[in-house]
Formats: sequence, structure tokens, C-alpha cells
Amino acid sequence: MQLETITSISTPNGEGAIGIVRLSGIDALAIADVLYRGKKQLAEVDSHTINYGHIVDPTTDEVIEEVMVAVMRAPRTYTREDIVEINCHGGIHTINRVLQLTLNHGARLAEPGEFTKRAFLNGRIDLSQAESVMDFIRAKTTQASKVAAGQMQGRLKSYIEDLRQRILNILAQVEVNIDYPEYDDVEEATTAFLLDEAKKVLVDIDDLLKDASQGRILREGLPTAIVGKPNVGKSSLLNYLVQDNKAIVTEIAGTTRDILEEYVNVGGIPLKLIDTAGIRDTDDIVEKIGVERSRAAIGSAALILYVMNYNDTLSTDDIEILESLARDDRQVIIVLNKTDLEQNMDLEALQSYGMPIVETSILHEAGLKQLEDEIAQLFFSGTVENADSTYVSNNRHIHLLEQSRSAIGDAIRSAEMDVPIDIVQIDLVKTWELLGEVIGEDVSEQLIDQLFSQFCLGK
Amino acid sequence: MENYSQYDVIVIGAGHAGVEAGLAASRKGMKTLMLTINLDNIAFMPCNPSVGGPAKGIVVREVDALGGEMAKVTDKTHIQMRMLNTGKGPAVRALRAQSDKVLYQQEMKRVLENQENLDILQGMVDEIIIEDDVVKGVRTNIGSVYHSSTVIITTGTFLRGEIILGDLKYSSGPNHQMPSVTLADQLKDLGFDIVRFKTGTPPRVNADSVDYSKTEIQPGDDVPRAFSFETTEFIMDQLPCWLTYTGESTHQIINDNLHLSAMYSGNIVGTGPRYCPSIEDKIVRFNDKPRHQIFLEPEGRETKEVYVQGLSTSMPEDVQRQMLASIPGLENARMMRAGYAIEYDALVPTQLWPTLETKKIDGLFTAGQINGTSGYEEAAGQGIIAGINAAAKILGEEPLILSRTDAYIGVLIDDLVTKGTNEPYRLLTSRAEHRLLLRHDNADMRLTEIGRKYGLITDARYDMFLTKKEQIEAEKARLGEIRIKPNAHTQSVIRSRGGTELKDGIMSLDLLRRPEMDYKSIMEILEEDIQVSTEVYEQIEIQTKYEGYIEKSLRQVDKMKRMEDKKIPHNIDYDAIHSLATEARDKLKTVKPLDLAQASRISGVNPADISILLIYIEQGNVKRVEA
Repeated sequence: MQLETITSISTPNGEGAIGIVRLSGIDALAIADVLYRGKKQLAEVDSHTINYGHIVDPTTDEVIEEVMVAVMRAPRTYTREDIVEINCHGGIHTINRVLQLTLNHGARLAEPGEFTKRAFLNGRIDLSQAESVMDFIRAKTTQASKVAAGQMQGRLKSYIEDLRQRILNILAQVEVNIDYPEYDDVEEATTAFLLDEAKKVLVDIDDLLKDASQGRILREGLPTAIVGKPNVGKSSLLNYLVQDNKAIVTEIAGTTRDILEEYVNVGGIPLKLIDTAGIRDTDDIVEKIGVERSRAAIGSAALILYVMNYNDTLSTDDIEILESLARDDRQVIIVLNKTDLEQNMDLEALQSYGMPIVETSILHEAGLKQLEDEIAQLFFSGTVENADSTYVSNNRHIHLLEQSRSAIGDAIRSAEMDVPIDIVQIDLVKTWELLGEVIGEDVSEQLIDQLFSQFCLGK
Repeated sequence: MENYSQYDVIVIGAGHAGVEAGLAASRKGMKTLMLTINLDNIAFMPCNPSVGGPAKGIVVREVDALGGEMAKVTDKTHIQMRMLNTGKGPAVRALRAQSDKVLYQQEMKRVLENQENLDILQGMVDEIIIEDDVVKGVRTNIGSVYHSSTVIITTGTFLRGEIILGDLKYSSGPNHQMPSVTLADQLKDLGFDIVRFKTGTPPRVNADSVDYSKTEIQPGDDVPRAFSFETTEFIMDQLPCWLTYTGESTHQIINDNLHLSAMYSGNIVGTGPRYCPSIEDKIVRFNDKPRHQIFLEPEGRETKEVYVQGLSTSMPEDVQRQMLASIPGLENARMMRAGYAIEYDALVPTQLWPTLETKKIDGLFTAGQINGTSGYEEAAGQGIIAGINAAAKILGEEPLILSRTDAYIGVLIDDLVTKGTNEPYRLLTSRAEHRLLLRHDNADMRLTEIGRKYGLITDARYDMFLTKKEQIEAEKARLGEIRIKPNAHTQSVIRSRGGTELKDGIMSLDLLRRPEMDYKSIMEILEEDIQVSTEVYEQIEIQTKYEGYIEKSLRQVDKMKRMEDKKIPHNIDYDAIHSLATEARDKLKTVKPLDLAQASRISGVNPADISILLIYIEQGNVKRVEA
């Protein structure tokens, strides 16, 4: 039996030269064909063949990626359904776009372990393996929800909660009119009122999605700290990032100069550089800096650029800081600066911390591109998490937001056509539920709770 | 006198759940005994004298479509009817009747007395006779024993009922009748989980003492209305209700006496419903509201008692008098009954199967307020299901479990047995995911076949239903084939309805989709007389105009139906499925869902658990594939 088409990236995130987007289900070929440009339509190629071509965004005709597409028709496949595997080469950002396109054209994001579940249900995996399939789903789900929980901290969550609360207020008003039509003290929720509010919500969902499509980003930058001992080149690195990435440079004055922040754009990733004043003020006052100072600068940073001197030996201060960073969850890139000088640093000892190391000579502008790539890689692979920003960070969220947008769009269209308000409400409820899924909230009793806390009702 | 004590089904209680249960069972040919503490209180309305309203009114229609009685008795005895939400879509339209309490009871008692296979008997049941967790009968407080293989408990608020009035609290059923304490003890002893719920009622005043000139009149609709699909005689002589308001001085009185109210003196332990707050509750929680609506509802044609809706209270009697006197129109009102709060025992409803049989005791069913609901309609809806299923059990028929997409009754029972409730449960339209499918107007289309299958729909009623259904289909098909030309006559009719003129010809059915067009306009364009009944063309209008939305709902329903088709075996051992999350496992063990759809609605059971469960139960099927 072929079920609705599911899709996902089936290679590990962010690593490896090739990434695969895999589709399985009744429309796998049809969906792939909408996006694929090659010698033949995929529907016409033989089963179990690899086909060269391009993935394009059919709405803009923009070429997204050069690909090899494997076509495997049911039943001789892993899931015993039609399977299409799109092999991409362009890194995590491109592969995400390909995945998005499959989602936008009718596929549903696979649940954790769902390909395997289908393989089992379609008799591909034998009975003795049922137990391990169940364990697999449990493990995948636990892992996925851990990641999701990490991503749902902070601003995006409160942003969506706020959107949902606004929708809930509309819903409650409409519902109360329906269930308590005789109560005059509740203002009649008119279609005009609903339309007005729904349009505002649409604009906000649109904004979120726009950010997402521009590199899944950016209301706030990724809080980043440049840390290191005196005279390793922190301020040169800062100046380089600020001056050579002129795209976004904003200064926000804090309550003290100490928390001055600067915004820079590094390879499409917005960084919020923390404590830049601290770096500038103290960089040449040799004795003021030390472990304590670095700790303070690290503060709430999600990404730490730990700058070291290629020409120095590994000091006890360095070891103490690096060890404490290694214990922490935050992502660190070691910037080994001054490669133009003689090497005294023990590279092997440094590598033992398991942090990416980029060798630079900021003075000669060497290695800086590698540093930018490293930052981008960490960001797009989701390795580094931005606890304090409103960016839509994963495909599940983007997919749900797309669906929310289309649901509220339906509500608006219906309202404009003078459809009765309780029917317009259907799509509004759906929008609210979808947004609830983004932040993983149980929706069942919330509306009724709202009804009775907001309005005074009853005999 | 042989075997006078041997029955198939025994119903304890004769309230709104009990009467439907008893009627359904006896109409299915079961020898049925209905026991009630007081024969004069059959189908008594201890609270507001009204039936129906949003969601609830649709339940009344559903009970009727299944072959129940509430709709017919209401149609025969009401003093006023109104269609609510007429300015909104068809999905939320709902009928509400003001009932004549006394006539309602008399008429329902007459129906019961004339029902074949049904005995009604005054008596209080003290004990349900159970052997090895199987029901064997009941024993009354005077020691009489009646045998049966199924018992339906519909005791409403009688179980360990306690009335609270100011600082007074005393053992009592509703309206100061005898409470049922021994039976409550037995249910506890049997190990049932019991919760304590609370509800309340407002004072009643004498109509002659009301100054109606200070109130606003609320008349009924001036078109014939009925709940039952069978009703052909309509009561057009209606009595109005009246609207007035509390004011500053009312609120002052309540605030000054708050310490005397049962709600705030710590006298009440039960959980009250949020949708039915006492007036003191409203004043405390919404203290910025300058006034609250008070509806004055006559309790019948032959009585002067008037129900003061909106003034539910447990204040001492003298404070209630002061409150009444502060309300315009009620300055000189003479109170006839004081309001009160009542606490009672209810069963935690997750202990029930969706058939309303208890999981613990074979053959024991419960329905109505004992299951944690509130409202006459909710009670009736459960009553008819429990009655059908008690009989079905004896007859070896498949039990009747209505899905959430079949009926509000399905939503109600599923919510109760799957999620439980932590306050008296009232149906609201927002509890249904697909209310566009669960409409007032199509209750017969949804449920008559089911009522027929269970033997509760007469031949005549069934023929009527089939005819209506055929007419709808035929007329829709016909309109789908008649092309309307954009001639002067057509355009003038369209203009007169405020629509934009046609550019090309169009099928009649497609023209009907326009918001401004209705069936009558189409007939005017076609220059035809209306040949079908209002009910028939109303269906055509709704089905056509909302087709897109209905289909959207139906697609979602299909998805859920597929989950409903995945049955969970009765003997499943959740402990053997290691990969289930612990919380999910515990919930599944309590609720014992019948299918995956029900399982997925349990809070704390997430999609991964459902996947795992699916794989577990599919193992049997997979084995066959492999073999």
C-alpha cells in the first residue's frame, strides 16, 4: 500500500560532501518531477536508475542545485513505495532549500523513523525486527525532541506564543457569540473585526517566513564573544569583522560602555558581537585581562571565538578557560592567529579539546575566509544554537509556518467572500493549531479555558 | 405474578438520562424496570426550565434521530421556542425551548406508562447485586430484590447529594428530595474513582410580584419550530421571557455578604462548572463589570413560578431576598424557592468504555450527571446510548459507539471516556472538531440509519426519512443539469437580490452557490413553483453553498476514520511494549482505548507512541504478509 508522500534529509546534518533528500510515497515521482529538470521526466525513466539534472524552484525558475536523482519504483524499495532520492552537493543550505521545495509541492515532512515504519508496515522488514523498529522510533523521537526543545527557547517561542494568543482572543470572541448568543455583554465578533485581526497575523507569519527564507535568520544576531589573552589579536579580528563586513554595523549603546554590542554580517550570518567595548578598552592594558575577564565576556554568548597566539605556548589560563568551555554546551572556534610568526603553540594539545581550529593571520588577511565558512557551517548545520533570537531554524517549523500561512490565507479569503463567521473560524482554528505545533503545545483545552476566563457566562 | 422480579435491564433513576435509557431498552424488546425514588419526579427539571441551545439543541435532535423522546416531549409541552444564531452559518444554528416543567414531566410519565416492556416502580436502590464482577440485579432500601443482567445507573446529583445554603449544609438530593447515600457508599467500596462536583440553581419568584414594565420582553419566534423530525403540530401560543440586569446595589449586597456565601466560607469542596458560576462568583471574578444579565423565565403555563436565570447562588435566604429586591422589576418580588448549591458524587468517567459500560463491573452502565456531565440534554444523549448498549449486550448485537464525526453525542462520550473531566462537563460547539458536519439541520441524515439499525425507528418514520433523502438527491441532480440563461428575467431577479449580473449561462446549482442566492430565487428565475419541503431545499442550499468547506472537513474525517479502523485488541499488554513512553503507557492502561484514533486523543500519548502502537498491533498482519 502506498501512503501519502513523506520527505526528509536522510544524511547526517551538516557533514559529508553529499546530502540526500529522500521522498517516499504515492506522489514521490510527481513531486520530484515538478522540481527536476533533466533529459527526461523522472516519470519516464526506468526504475532503479540514477539521473543527472537540476533542481529548480518552479515559481521563479531559479536553479537551486545540480543533482543526481535516484528513482526506485514500488515494490522493490526500502519502504515498498515509490522512492526518489535527490543527491545534492551544495552543502546544508542548498539541501535545506531542496527539502523545502519538496514540502511546498505536496510532500509531508517524515516523522522520526517513519521510513522504517513504512518499510515494516509494508512487510519489507520481517516480524523479528518489529521490536527494534519500535525502539528506533522512540530513540529518534527522543533525539528530535531534544533538538526541538533546544531550538524553541527564547524569542521565537514567545513570538509565536504572542501570535497564538492574538488568534485565541479572536477565536474566543467568536466562540462565545456562538455558544452564548443571548449574552449582550460580549461584543459581537464581526467578520470585519476578524478580517482585520487575521490580516495582521498574516503579515507577522509572512515576516517570520521571509526571515526564514533569507537564510533562516535574523531578528537578532547570534551572540558572539571574542575572547582571549591580551595581544593575541582580538581587536584586529573585531576590526576586521566590523570593517570588512560593512553590511550591517549598528551600535546599540547599553547602560554602560561595557556591554556595547555591534552587529556584523558574516557570510549571511548575523553576529551580535558582545562586549566590543571591553575588547577595545582593555586590549592593551596587559594585566587587566585574565580568566575572570574572559568569563564575563563569554557571558550569554552562543558562539565563542577564542583567539590565541600561534607564537605563544599554551598557558595555564588558556587551559583553564578551554576546559571550562569544553564542559559548556556552547560552540567554540579556536582562532589561532599570527601564523606569520613562528609556531610555539602545541597544536596537538589544542586539538584534544575537540573544537574547530582556524589558523589565521589577521594582519595579512589570511585564513579569514575559512573562519567565515566555519561560522556559517556551524550555524547552518544547527550545531550552534541561538538561544536569544527569533529565527526559524528548522524545516519542520518552516513547513508548519507555511501551512499556517495558507490556513490564515483561506480564512481571510472566506471572510472577504462574506462566508459566515463560524465557517471562517474553521481555518482560523487550524492556523492556531498549526502554530501550536511549532512550539509543541497541547491545544485541546486552551480555547475553552480562554472562553471562561475572558467572559462572564452562565445561568 | 410469575417472575415479577426478573428483568433484562434495570434503570436506576428516572431523570433525563434514565427515561431515555429505559425507553431505548424497552423499545428494543428488553423487559425493563425503571426504579425512581419518587414517581412524581420523573423527568423533573431541577434547574432552568429550558431545553436546547447551542450544541445541546443539536443533541436533542440527535436523540430524536436515534429514536429517543426528549425532542417530542419538548415539542408538545414548551411555552416558547427560538432558533439561535440565525445570523451565523448553518453549523451553529440551534433551537432552544422554554419548557413547561410540569407538563414536560406529565407527558414524559405518560409515554413511559404506555411503553410496552417497561415497568416503572417507586423505590430507592441501596445495592447493586454483583457476583464475580458481574451484575445480577439490585436490592432496594426495603429489601426487595430485582434480578437482571444489566443495570444502568442514572442517579444524577442524588449520589451523596448535599445542599449548601450560606453556612447550612445538609444531606439532600436536588430540590430537597431524598439523597442516595448507601448506593454511593457501595460504588466507593467497589473501588470506583469518585470525584465531588458541585452545581447550583437560582431562586424562583412569583410572577405576580414582578414589575415587567421595568424589563425587556424576549418573545419566541413567530414561525413554527420543533425539535423532532416527526413533529407536525406546532405550538404557536407562546409565553415571553423577560430581561433585566443586576446593578451596583446588587453587587454591593453580594460583596457585603460574601463571607456568608457558601462558596467563600469554605463550605464547598466540590468543583463547580466555570460555565455556570454563581452570581457571587461572577461578581468576584469579573468585578469590573457594572451589570449582569438576568433572564426571567416562566416555569410553565399553570404556575406563577418564575426562574431567575443568572442569579444562581448559595447565599443565605435573607441575602437572596435583598439581592432580588435590588434588581429592576424585582423590587417587590416574592421569593417562592431559594437558590442553593448542591454537591454530589460523580464517577471519574475514564472508568467507562465508550459504550458507557463500566470497565470494572460487567453489565453495569452509567449515564448522565453521575458521569460528570451537566445538563438535561447531555444526560439524555448518554441515556439513549446506555439503554441501547445494555440491550445490545443482552441481544448479542454490536454495541453502538458514535464517533466524534457522527454526532455531538459522540464528541461528548469520547471526551468523557478518553480525557475525563475535572469540572461538570457541558457541551460547547467548540468541543467538536467538525461542527460543520454536526449540524442541527442534518441530525436525521446523520443518525436515522443508525437508529433504524438498532430498532428504534418506526417504519413510518423511516419511510419519511428515505423520501426526504431521495428528494434532496433528485432535486440537486436536477438543478445540476438545468442551465440558466443570462436573459432579462434572470438578471432582474439577480439584481433584486443584490447580486452582479450573469455574463454567461450557468448551471442552476452553481448560481445557488452565490452568497446572495437562495433556492427560492432560483425557482423564481426558473419560473417554477416550489415542489419540495422547506427541509429539503434547506439541505440543498447548505450542501451546495458550503460544499467546499464540507469536503475539506470530510477529508479530515477520512484520515481519522482510517485511524479508527485500526482496532486495539482487548487483551493488549501495554507493559510488553517497552518502547512506549512511561506516561503514555500509564494513560493507555487506564483509558484502554478501543482504536488508534481514540488512543491518539489521550493527552500524554504522542505521535511516536501511536506509531509504536501501530507497529505492535500490526505484527499480526505482517506475519500474514510474510507467510
